[in-house]
Amino acid sequence: MDTLINNLDLFVTGFKNTGILFVVSAVFALILGTIVAAMRVSPVPAMRAAGTLYVNTVRNTPLTLILAFFALGYPRLGLPEINFMVAAIIGLSLYTATYVAETIRSGINTVPVGQAEAARAIGLPFGKTLSLIIMPQAFRSVVPPLFSVLIALLKNTTVAAGFSVAEAGAIRANLSERGEPQMVGLLWVALIFIVLVLGVLSTLQRYLEKKWRVAR
Amino acid sequence: MTSPEQPQPLVDLQAVNKHFGPLHVLRDINLQVKRGEVVVVIGPSGSGKSTLCRAINRLETIDTGTITIDGKTLPSEGKELAHLRADVGMVFQSFNLFAHKTILENVTLGPIKVKGASKADAEEQARALLERVGVGQQADKLPAQLSGGQQQRVAIARALAMKPKVMLFDEPTSALDPEMINEVLDVMIELAREGMTMVVVTHEMGFARKAADRVVFMADGQIVEDAKPEDFFTNPQSARAKDFLSKILTH
Ligand SMILES: Nc1ncnc2c1ncn2[C@@H]1O[C@H](COP(=O)(O)OP(=O)(O)OP(=O)(O)O)[C@@H](O)[C@H]1O
Ligand SMILES: [Mg+2]
Repeated sequence: MDTLINNLDLFVTGFKNTGILFVVSAVFALILGTIVAAMRVSPVPAMRAAGTLYVNTVRNTPLTLILAFFALGYPRLGLPEINFMVAAIIGLSLYTATYVAETIRSGINTVPVGQAEAARAIGLPFGKTLSLIIMPQAFRSVVPPLFSVLIALLKNTTVAAGFSVAEAGAIRANLSERGEPQMVGLLWVALIFIVLVLGVLSTLQRYLEKKWRVAR
Repeated sequence: MTSPEQPQPLVDLQAVNKHFGPLHVLRDINLQVKRGEVVVVIGPSGSGKSTLCRAINRLETIDTGTITIDGKTLPSEGKELAHLRADVGMVFQSFNLFAHKTILENVTLGPIKVKGASKADAEEQARALLERVGVGQQADKLPAQLSGGQQQRVAIARALAMKPKVMLFDEPTSALDPEMINEVLDVMIELAREGMTMVVVTHEMGFARKAADRVVFMADGQIVEDAKPEDFFTNPQSARAKDFLSKILTH
């Protein structure tokens, strides 16, 4: 307990940054992932190909490499400078979006084709058929796997610590600099993560599953 | 059947051909449906009835030939097609109500999102339509909470909300329990009486006799007979039709 209380500043900053990384990356990943999933079911072959290429390349690249690129490689490209936090958000979003896209695509496949046909039959164009009829039902059917993706994202924020973002995963290193017992610090970090996952994400998941139960 | 001095047909199929791979599903189909006419399409399983219906509102593409609705040729894709589709109402065997939307929303969605109607107007119209097909009390429920017969009547209301020029029905009562068939047929008969142009794939001979102007018999992707209901049922010309009728009449 002392480790936690005496170094509350470290814990607070760490988990605040974790929170920011997680929430912002989750939002971008969900948006981008949805767009990519839509591309992958689009009637335009070029869109499908672009979506597939993106998913297959980024999903198969280790997250550490992606983050290393944004933290170490990107600054040398002579492009506008970005701080570590932004770099981490971009990396995490791009990476997580591929998982979101695949999860949503599997959800799209669970929506009966009759739904799209009925939508087209009343004159809805492709975009509206997708956004009003298919996607809402696809989302509902993938709430549990989508939350697994988000939980993975929450945990992956710790990887960003390796690239100088002072988030929760970095607390341990900072603690040892202050001469605090590392093991205790590590346990606290793990415990707070579990509380975050169980308390916040799982509760949200249960709530959405109940609210969005699709009756067929 | 049609004489030259008659007005332009509302639905006009000229030499329509369609393949699924090696399978020739629609062979040189010529079919004209006049305004206000009710045409029943009948035929053995796999003869191409559904494909014909789906081709008429372009849910299925065709290889050759032309399909015109009210003088306008069906465009291949895009916005224009979406608009023309709204002129053709379609009712499916499996209802296909939007599972995540309430009954009311199912009926207002098209008018609001396709025709740009205001929510208030769309809802007023939808409630009147739901009342007309006898499910006014169910407006706020989800489709899964309704019986099959009720769902199919909602599907009819949903199609009617677009104010279509022609309504297509693909075996609208085949997925229903026997006791629900009549409630749907009654709505369709009423619609026919009010002068709606209809193409109905069905094996319900009661409906054909009561409401149809013509019966079109399809076999192997071809229109084999095209006759008045009484003539077709009592005096079929082709061997295929005789054979088919003997099978469905004994059941
Ligand atoms: N998407 C498709 N791809 C390949 N073949 C198809 C497809 N849709 C239909 N067919 C085939 O085309 C033929 C005609 O099908 P269609 O559904 O139009 O027949 P139908 O007369 O409606 O039969 P049913 O009475 O069983 O509904 C069938 O042999 C069917 O297997
Ligand atoms: Mg069929």
